[in-house]
Amino acid sequence: MPYNAEPHLRRPSSEALRERIPGWGADLDPADRPSVPRELNLTPEDNGAHWDVPERQPELEPRERSIEHGMLPPVFGTVAPLRGLSGAIRRYAYENYSEARAAHWLLLVLGDRVDAGEQHLRSLASTRPDNPITQTGVLSEGRRHGVASRFGVGRADTAHQWMDPVIVAAPWVVTAIGIGLLVRGARRTASSERVQTE
Amino acid sequence: MRAMVYRGPYKVRVEEKDRPRIEHPNDAIVRVTAAAICGSDLHLYHGMIPDTRVGMTFGHEFVGEVVEVGPSVERLKVGDRVMVPFNIYCGSCYFCVRGLFSNCHNVNPNATAVGGIYGYSHTSGGYDGGQAEYVRVPLADVGPSVIPDWLDERDAVLLTDALPTGYFGAQLGDIAEGDTVVVFGAGPVGLFAARSAWLMGAGRVIVVDHLEYRLEKARDFAHAETVNFTELDDVVVEMKRTTDWLGADVVIDAVGAEADGNFLQHVTSAKFKLQGGSPVALNWAIDSVRKGGTVSVVGAYGPIFSAVKFGDAMNKGLTIRTNQCPVKRQWPRLLEHIRAGYFKPSDIITHEIPLEHITEGYHMFSAKLDNCIKPIVVPSAA
Repeated sequence: MPYNAEPHLRRPSSEALRERIPGWGADLDPADRPSVPRELNLTPEDNGAHWDVPERQPELEPRERSIEHGMLPPVFGTVAPLRGLSGAIRRYAYENYSEARAAHWLLLVLGDRVDAGEQHLRSLASTRPDNPITQTGVLSEGRRHGVASRFGVGRADTAHQWMDPVIVAAPWVVTAIGIGLLVRGARRTASSERVQTE
Repeated sequence: MRAMVYRGPYKVRVEEKDRPRIEHPNDAIVRVTAAAICGSDLHLYHGMIPDTRVGMTFGHEFVGEVVEVGPSVERLKVGDRVMVPFNIYCGSCYFCVRGLFSNCHNVNPNATAVGGIYGYSHTSGGYDGGQAEYVRVPLADVGPSVIPDWLDERDAVLLTDALPTGYFGAQLGDIAEGDTVVVFGAGPVGLFAARSAWLMGAGRVIVVDHLEYRLEKARDFAHAETVNFTELDDVVVEMKRTTDWLGADVVIDAVGAEADGNFLQHVTSAKFKLQGGSPVALNWAIDSVRKGGTVSVVGAYGPIFSAVKFGDAMNKGLTIRTNQCPVKRQWPRLLEHIRAGYFKPSDIITHEIPLEHITEGYHMFSAKLDNCIKPIVVPSAA
């Protein structure tokens, strides 16, 4: 087919579109678009701020920050302060690498995996241990048409959804194998000590 | 109070948590009456966003009632029904006075590249979110607004992120009268972006996805032409064919980090977290837009590198425009559009889930079961 310099021949007329689609063209003038221009010239008062810099939130415990910040910003979240091994990994990432460095983010991802492991173990010693069945919502498969929603409807994601249970179960399986190996090792050590004593 | 709590990838539960308290003089505490699960919450749920800590409560789309205010709060009072933008921002910094509320420099110690977002990992500031009975709302004089009397609460909750983000995405496209606009992704943001493209005078709007029930919604709600990429060998060729081999004038990426359509890209990012996001939709956008065209990106990506086809973007002379939406800038005009009857935001809500069953909500939304497009979460006390 030869190159066609007439662009977009399938386009309906503006009149036809205005007739068919409620509100067509209401923001045709860029002046009616709230994010045009990209940058405005506002005052803090326009935004409801009665400060030049917000008052500083008390830092009740040391708050990690990106080294690309000159100082701790005045307002911050206080959820889940750094704790344990995951906390040490995260603190190391924040203190040593800027956001430009892959090591910063990859260490934070590692911290996330360690955090999940630490918290799973801690939960086993609590009155409410983690439950990989109820916490994944997988029991809703029956109520929410798990089979009919997935098969025969041409979805692209069924090619990899089988990985999800593997990803969820893998840490539990690895932990179980690890505990099994530790127990077996301890038993072997104990039995060889008994043989030597006899 | 009862709150959704993250327990590790693919695992959440509802548990008792301390009710939030005033931590800064301009804080408010809001009793949540409705929240939503956002597609970008799924990136957290799947463990893709770095520094997502076990114990965090997600939820950056919520409305509720003010139950407590800090000593410096002037614009809100106890009892006000408020909608809260997903952005936490100070209103006074270098970026806020330029209207770039989503890029505020005063609210996120953990990263300079990201602003403050409720319930969106420590990479977005370490704030708890609104999928709970109560939530701390920092800088309450700046972000929240009282919900107009005439506006339904279910419409209001969609004004906290999904609708403004879609509307903003269409604006980033710099759409001119008669433009052909392609939207990748028929989730809530894509549907609203497609609907908004008409307001800006688009001549054609084409929505691409692989979930047929969502494409049906794109046809009904957004009056769009639709393309199911699983029925094609190569969606980029189809985009060229349908635009007389030139490419679309504007393409909007409303998919983000977990895009499907390329097994290797999806698995290396969504499953093994080796990329900040699966840039399938972004790469398709770069290749589907015409030379000199505009790619608007409102799909969310993580901060790790992604395998983006930047050479094509450079050689084609593209304009690539991006940002998290500065929500409150969109509200006055969007409220006019809603009042004029141009669309009803809550038309895209498909499910209402009690907070106690949010685990089921996350699984259903993540696995795309039961024709789910937008689930709303309702705390039992609401």
